Amino acid sequence: MIEFSNYDILRNLLFATQWTILLSLAAFIGGTTVALTLTALRLTRNPTIQRIVKVYVELFQGTPLLMQMFLCFFGLSMLGYEISAWGAAILSLTFFTSAFLVEIWRGCIDTLPKGQWEASRCLGLSFLQTLRFIILPQAIRVATAPTVGFSVQVIKGTALASVIGFVELTKVGTMLNNATFEPFKIFTLVALIYFVLCYPLSLYSKHLEKKFNVSR
Amino acid sequence: MSLVNLHQVHKYYGDHHVLKGIDLDIKAGEVVSIIGKSGSGKSTLLRCINGLEQYQQGGITVDGKEVTTDDIQMRRLALSVGMIFQNFNLFPHMTVGENVMLAPTIVLKKSKAEAEATARAMLEKVGLAEKFDSFPEKLSGGQQQRVAIARALAMSPKVLLCDEITSALDPELVGEVLKVLEQLAKEGITLVLVTHEMNFARDVGSRVVFMHQGKVWEQGDSKTLLSNPQTDELKQFIGAVL
Repeated sequence: MIEFSNYDILRNLLFATQWTILLSLAAFIGGTTVALTLTALRLTRNPTIQRIVKVYVELFQGTPLLMQMFLCFFGLSMLGYEISAWGAAILSLTFFTSAFLVEIWRGCIDTLPKGQWEASRCLGLSFLQTLRFIILPQAIRVATAPTVGFSVQVIKGTALASVIGFVELTKVGTMLNNATFEPFKIFTLVALIYFVLCYPLSLYSKHLEKKFNVSR
Repeated sequence: MSLVNLHQVHKYYGDHHVLKGIDLDIKAGEVVSIIGKSGSGKSTLLRCINGLEQYQQGGITVDGKEVTTDDIQMRRLALSVGMIFQNFNLFPHMTVGENVMLAPTIVLKKSKAEAEATARAMLEKVGLAEKFDSFPEKLSGGQQQRVAIARALAMSPKVLLCDEITSALDPELVGEVLKVLEQLAKEGITLVLVTHEMNFARDVGSRVVFMHQGKVWEQGDSKTLLSNPQTDELKQFIGAVL
């Protein structure tokens, strides 16, 4: 049996952390892109489109992320689409992230007074001009803090990808535990690494919230 | 020649019949005050004139063109109708100058220099030239409302609609906004205002329109009408507010 020194354990965990970060980034970028598109569609005020977006949001918010991952990974391969654990993890995390971001951003846009839209209309701005010059600049200020805050959920969500066999931080932790039988040490380290990733983001989100509150 | 014409305008919010056949004709240069109890349809009437609200029957024309809530039509309308709101609705993320320059730049496609010159002139007119680089939140309510007036004027509208523009102001700030309006009236701009300022309606306005239960109940020359109301409803209303 191979002996693992503390150094070996830490080195392996840190190496795996790279994959956790990469998966989080991919999910966040994917989720943001999809959420932006859906938010823009929602704003067109077409009832059919709004219903579709609503169903999308409720579907992915109302089911466990793990089930979504299973469906993406096992479900798609049963339908004949080969998909890697990496692909399935990104896909399901994108669904998950976008469903929440659409709701967060909807709230941010809705907090802007209706008068902003009306004043823009009365000045002759088109819908897209209103969005670009009036609504988005204000909504982005309001939305930044909760969006950064939510990225913490995405990072923690990536841990579930270990279940479908994607080798990231949690998965390597499990593997090391199987080899060393030192669960307390290993999972404490794993948790600590997640904390180091997430805590600065939480702090940053709080900082942003304060900053924008003062200027309003 | 009438600038704003309403012909048998009916408006419903669901089952609620808000405007019940409004006929109104406003000529260029008139200062028309619309008065009445809350819920009488005054604000709705104003919002129909600039296309913010849809009406179900009848017709409205401004400067000879039909008013609809259609987006393209609305943008054309914006060139002849300016609107001032009760809550100012300035854009809080832009400076005062940027607020006034925005529409001339992106709607009228004026050059930045030209738009800035117009903006400075309009702010001068409302007495706020020195606030060009301030943000709206740093201004008092009265100043914000004057910026809103400058912003509307920068589009050189043919008629300016004012929706209870002094109602959200502290009493001591009402005067400065009314003074600007009075100045505009003297310069001959057409004003249609929904207002509770009876003194202003009498002294500056040329005509008063009294609305009651979704109808134009009584209208006429401002001084005559307010000193000698014909209907009981208007007598009651004047008694209640004065």
